[in-house]
Amino acid sequence: MLQLLYFAWVREQMGRDGEQILIPDGVSTVAGLLNWLSGRGDTVFSNTGRLRVAVNQTFANLDAPIASGDEIAIFPPVTGG
Amino acid sequence: MINIRVQPEDFDPGVEIAALHTARTDIGAVASFTGLVRSDGKLESMTLEHYPAMTMRALREIADVAENRWPLHGGTIIHRHGRLLPGARIVLVAVASAHRVAAFDACAYLMDWLKTRAPFWKLEQTADTRRWVDAKTEDDIATDRWRQE
Repeated sequence: MLQLLYFAWVREQMGRDGEQILIPDGVSTVAGLLNWLSGRGDTVFSNTGRLRVAVNQTFANLDAPIASGDEIAIFPPVTGG
Repeated sequence: MINIRVQPEDFDPGVEIAALHTARTDIGAVASFTGLVRSDGKLESMTLEHYPAMTMRALREIADVAENRWPLHGGTIIHRHGRLLPGARIVLVAVASAHRVAAFDACAYLMDWLKTRAPFWKLEQTADTRRWVDAKTEDDIATDRWRQE
């Protein structure tokens, strides 16, 4: 299982703050996951340049590996401070 | 040690700054930054969302790097979340050191990194609009300037 978390306008466009999914067949990286989510029909994940990802609470690149049990947060570039 | 707090409540910058140097004689400088909700006249509120499980970890990483890079004698980072009104305090970074250059530089470093690495998002609301604030390229450039040395 993967625990997905959504924040800010990603959360709003998804209409929920997260979901649990089984790792889809053939998906082994952050980029693969975003591509799969986009292919599912959730276009908020299509433009990866507008998104940032954290795997287990640490910023991760698109080529970062993902594994069962990971917490994967998907959100816009941060704007705190 | 830099103390870190993430909270909905307001804070008193004077109290926080005084707490860093009270009863100590080895501190020659405290530098601080206070970030506020700025209004153009139409803004009614700014709501700060964050990622609780990651926020403390990200701020601790940033603070640890600053403590390894400058000879600090303590510091405080406070970041608020929730709905804030124009004029409200959002963030405080205060650092103490023997001399001003370390205090100024560490304070600027912490703010620059916080703006690009801490998982907070700002939602601006007016009477009839709501808008997630876009990240600024200038913030990335400000962060990058610390990479060279």
